[in-house]
Amino acid sequence: MDGWLGVVIMIVLGVGFAGVMIGLSILLGPRNPTPEKLAPYECGMPAVGDARERHSVKFYLVAMIFLLFDIEIAFLYPWAVALRDLGWAGFMQVVTFFLILSVGYIYVWRKGVLDWGPVARAVRRQVRDKAA
Amino acid sequence: MFDSTFDAVVPLLCVILAALAAMGAEAFRARGERMPIGGLGIVGLAGAGVSSVLLWNRNAASFGVILADNFGLFVTLVLVVVGVLTIMFSSQVVRRDALPAGEYYALVLFAIAGMIMMATANDLLVIFLALEILSVAVYVLTGIRRDDQRATEAAFKYFLLGAFSSAFFLYGIAFTYGVAGSTRLDRVGAYLAAQSMSDSPLILMALALLLVGFAFKISAVPFHMWTPDAYEGAPAIVTGFMSTGVKAAAFAAFARVFLSAFEPFSADWAPIVWIIAALTMILGTVVGVAQSNLKRMLAYSSIAHGGYLLVGLVAANEVGKAAILFYLLAYAVTNLAAFGVIALLGSRDRGNDELRDYAGLWHTRPALAALMTVCLLSLGGLPPTVGFIGKWYIFSAAVSAGYYGLAIIGVLTSVVSVFFYLRVVVMMYMAEREVAAAMPPRVTGVSMAALAFAIFVIVYLGVMPTQVLDLASASIATIF
Repeated sequence: MDGWLGVVIMIVLGVGFAGVMIGLSILLGPRNPTPEKLAPYECGMPAVGDARERHSVKFYLVAMIFLLFDIEIAFLYPWAVALRDLGWAGFMQVVTFFLILSVGYIYVWRKGVLDWGPVARAVRRQVRDKAA
Repeated sequence: MFDSTFDAVVPLLCVILAALAAMGAEAFRARGERMPIGGLGIVGLAGAGVSSVLLWNRNAASFGVILADNFGLFVTLVLVVVGVLTIMFSSQVVRRDALPAGEYYALVLFAIAGMIMMATANDLLVIFLALEILSVAVYVLTGIRRDDQRATEAAFKYFLLGAFSSAFFLYGIAFTYGVAGSTRLDRVGAYLAAQSMSDSPLILMALALLLVGFAFKISAVPFHMWTPDAYEGAPAIVTGFMSTGVKAAAFAAFARVFLSAFEPFSADWAPIVWIIAALTMILGTVVGVAQSNLKRMLAYSSIAHGGYLLVGLVAANEVGKAAILFYLLAYAVTNLAAFGVIALLGSRDRGNDELRDYAGLWHTRPALAALMTVCLLSLGGLPPTVGFIGKWYIFSAAVSAGYYGLAIIGVLTSVVSVFFYLRVVVMMYMAEREVAAAMPPRVTGVSMAALAFAIFVIVYLGVMPTQVLDLASASIATIF
C-alpha cells in the first residue's frame, strides 16, 4: 500500500482545496442579488417559458438519421486516408457498408421522414394512392 | 491483409440480404398493398440453411473473426428453424393485429442475422456487435404494438436492462483485452492456457463481467428480472421468438467463450455457474407454479430451461457439450410451438393468454388442444417427446461428471414443473368452457403447417434422437 500514499494525499489536497475555496467565497463574498443577476443569461433574449416542452417527433427522427450518417462519415474519412493500403478489399467493404446504409436511406425517404411540411406529405400520399 | 475467403459469412449474408430486401419492399409498398414479405424472409433463411449444410465439416473462417465450424453451423441451423417457424406463425398474427409487415419481418430477419453472427463469432468484439444487432431488433419487436401500454412498458424495461447488461459485457471485454492483449478467442485462449496457474485478479474480473453479461441475455437468476415482464408484454409470437432464438444464440456464444477461451479457468467459473444453474432451475419452477397467465408461466418455465442448459455447461464433458446443443434444438422447437399456439389463439383486442381462456379448448379446437398438449409434455420432459431425451442427456452428463447435487435439483424441479404444465392440459380437456367466452379464432393453413412440423420434430426426435445427437456430439467434439 506504500505506493498509494501519494495518491491519497493528492485526493485529500484536491478535495480540500476545492472545498476551502468554495466555502470561503460563500462566507466572505459580498451578495447583492438583482433580477438581472438571477436571470439564467445575463445578456441576450429574456427567457419566455420552460424548455421542457413537447417537441414534434420529427426532431428525434432527424436526430437519429443524423447519427447514422454521422457515423458513416466517421468511417469514410479514415478509409479515405488509408485508401491505397486497403486496396480493393477495403473498397469493397466500404461500398457494402455504404449500400446497406443506402437501403435505410431509401426506406426513410419513401416513408416520408424527410418531408417536413404537412402539405407536401398530403400531396405525395394522394399521388401515390392514385398510382396504386 | 484480409483473408480472401467469404465462405463463412454466406449464411449471414443470405439473411441480411433478405432483411434488406424486406425493408426495400416495404419502402416501395403502396398503402394497403399486400406483399409476400414473409416469403422473402423464408427464401433468405432457406439460403442460410442450405449454405450452412454445404459449409459442414469445412471449418471455413472469414476475416479471422467469423468461424463457420460445425458447432456454429449446428446453432445456425437451429436458428434457421426458429426463424422459419416464427415467420410462418407471424403471417397470421401480422395481418390480425395490423402490425407493420415490412418492418416486422425486416426486424425478425435482422435479429436472426445477429443471432447467426453471434453463434459463429470468434472474437469478443464481434460477439458484442452481434449481441447489439439482435438486441436492438428484439427491443423494437417487443414494443411493435405501439398502442399497447404493456408492450411499451415491456420494451422499455427490456431496453434499459439490456443496455445495462451490454455495458457489463463490454467492460468484461475490456478487461480481457487488458490481460490477454487480444479479443480473438483463440488468442485469448492460448494466452490464458500458457499461464493458467496464476490467478490474476484482472482475469477473474473479466470472467465475472462476461458472466454477468451472458447471464442477463439467457435470463439466468439473479439476472432474470426483466424476463417475465418483457415476455408477458410482447406479442406472443415475439415472445416465442426471443425466448428461443436469443437464448440459443447467447448460449452458443456463452459456451464458445467459456469452454474454449476460458477453459483453463474452469475451476474458477464452474462453481459460480453451478450456483446460478441451481438458482435458475429452482426459481423458474417455483415461481412458475404460482402464475395464472400462460405467457408469464411459460416465461418462468423458459428461465428454468435456461438453468437446465447451464447444467450441461457446468458438466462440460463429452455428453454435456453434445447435450447442450441437442437441448437447444429441443427447447427451441418446443417452446416456439407453444408460444405459436398462444399467438394463434389471441385476438386483436385481447391476448387470450390467461389460464382460464384455455378452459374447454378441446371442445372448440381439438387439433390445437392436442398439439399444445404435446408441446407442454415435451417442455415438462415426459416421454416420448424430445424434451425427455434432452433432459435425460443433460442430467446423465451431470451425473457422469460427478455433479450429483445439480442432477437431483434438476430432476426435482422437472417433476414440480410437470405440475404447472399439466394444469394447462387439465384445463383444456376437463374444464367446461365459459359460456360468455368468444369462439377461438380460425387458424390458417400456413400456421397449421408450422405447428404440424414442430410437433413432428418433437415426436420424431423423441423417438429416434440418435442421428441428431450424433451430429451434435460430432459437431462439438472437434472444437472444444
